[in-house]
Amino acid sequence: MSGVRVLVGTVKGAFICESDERRQTWEISQPQFPGWEMYHLKGSPVDPNRIYASQSSGWFGQTMQRSDDGGKTWDVISNDFQYATDPGTHQWYDGSQHPWKFARVWHLEPSLTDVDTVFAGVEDAALFKSTDGGASWTELPALRDISGSLWQPGAGGMCLHTIVLDPNNDQRIVVAISAAGAFRTDDGGTTWKPINEGLISPWELPDPVTKVGHCVHNISMHPSRPDTLFMQKHWDVMRSDDAGDNWYEISGNLPSDFGFPITVHAHEPETVYVVPILSDQFHYPPEGKLRVYRSRTGGNEWEALTRGLPQENCYVNILRDAMSVDTLDSGGVYFGTTGGQVYCSANSGDSWQTIVHDLPRVLSVEVQTLA
Amino acid sequence: MIRVLLPGHLQTLAGSGREVSLDVPEPITQRTVLDALELAYPTLRGTIRDQQTQERRPLVRFFACKQDLSHEPIDAPLPDDVVSGREPYLIVGAMAGGCDPRPN
Repeated sequence: MSGVRVLVGTVKGAFICESDERRQTWEISQPQFPGWEMYHLKGSPVDPNRIYASQSSGWFGQTMQRSDDGGKTWDVISNDFQYATDPGTHQWYDGSQHPWKFARVWHLEPSLTDVDTVFAGVEDAALFKSTDGGASWTELPALRDISGSLWQPGAGGMCLHTIVLDPNNDQRIVVAISAAGAFRTDDGGTTWKPINEGLISPWELPDPVTKVGHCVHNISMHPSRPDTLFMQKHWDVMRSDDAGDNWYEISGNLPSDFGFPITVHAHEPETVYVVPILSDQFHYPPEGKLRVYRSRTGGNEWEALTRGLPQENCYVNILRDAMSVDTLDSGGVYFGTTGGQVYCSANSGDSWQTIVHDLPRVLSVEVQTLA
Repeated sequence: MIRVLLPGHLQTLAGSGREVSLDVPEPITQRTVLDALELAYPTLRGTIRDQQTQERRPLVRFFACKQDLSHEPIDAPLPDDVVSGREPYLIVGAMAGGCDPRPN
C-alpha cells in the first residue's frame, strides 16, 4: 500500500507525519531533535530512506543530520561549511559593507540521481555541494562572483533558500537568494549568471529593474517542463518559459501578490499554488482568511481554495519552504503555518484537513510519496 | 583527567552523559581542553567554537570554580582544582531569550 511521509521542520524540532494513500488519518512522531531549529528536512528522490536535515541553534550553531532509515535514526554529518575563497563583504542593512559569515543552512536539495549528492543553500548566501552523503561540503564559489558585494540581507538574513535541479540537464541549477535575486548555472556551477530580467521592485530597490538585488522568495518547476519556472517574489508572482532568462507577471486576480511559497501540482504542469499574504508590513493573510490560491492556467486566473481552512481570525504566515506536493494520483498538497498547523489536501486543493494543530512555528514542509 | 560538564543539547549530540572525562595533554588550558573534547566527540565540532574562526560562540559560556572564564585568554592555564579533577569545567548555554539582533 502506498502512502506519504511528511517531514515538518519547526523552530523547536522536527516532526514526521505518516499516512496511507487516503491521507485521512495520521501518525505524528515524537519531536525529533527537540529544542533545535529545524530549517529544512528533505528526502532523496533516489532512496526515500535517505533524509538530510539542517539542525541549528542560536546557542550551538549549525549541525547536520542524515537518516538512512526514513527518519527512525539519525547520524551527525559534517557541519564544516568553509567558503572556498575569501568571501569579502556584502551590503548590510544600513548600506555599509559587512563581513561575509556562515550562519546556517536554509535549504537542502538532494540530487535527482545520486543518493550521496546533496546541495545546501546557506546564510550568508552561498551554495555548497556534498558528494559523500554529507561527510564533507565544498562550495561552488563562482556564484558569489556575480556582484556578491551588492547582495544584501532580507529580514531573515542573507540566505540562499531555493535550489531547483533540472531533471533533463544535471549541469543546470537555478538558485534564489534574499536579497540578491535568481541565478542559473548551465555548467554545474563553474559559471553563473543572474536571471532577473523582467523583475520589477519599485518599493524595495532604488533601481527597480536592477540585474542583482531583487528579493526572490521562492521558485518552483514541474519536472516535465524544466524551462518553465514559477516565482513568488517579495511582491509579484512571476513566470518564465525560458529557464529564467525572461520573466513576466502572472499575479492576475490574486487578492495580494505578496507571499512566500509557490508550488506546482505533481501531474498538471500548468496548475500552480500560492498563499497570498497581505503585505510585507503585516505578514498575515488578507481579511484574516487563510486561502490557498490555485491557477490551472499557469497563472493570471486564480481561484481561492478555502474548504477546511480557517476563514476568520487567522493571522498566520506560511514560510517559503513550508509548502509541498505529493505524487499520488489525486495530487496531494501540503503546507505548514507559523501558528503550528500543518494542512493537507488529498484532492489537489479542493478541500483541506489539518494533519496536526499545535506544533511550534513551522519552517518547512516536505512530502515523500512512498511506494 | 579533566572533568567537563556539557549542556543538554550537547550531551545529545555527543551521545554522552552530563559529565565527560578527558585526558588532556599539558598545558591544561581552555584551548587544549576544547581541542581534546572535540577530538573525543567530533560531533561537537562547531557547536562550541565557530568552525572558521575557532572563537567561542556568542551564547556559550565557560565556567569553573565559580568563575566565568569566558572572557579569559584561551591559552591561560586553568585553575589547579580543574587540572587536578577536583572541580569540573562547565560549558554552558548562556541565559538568553534567543533574540535575533537583526531588524525584523
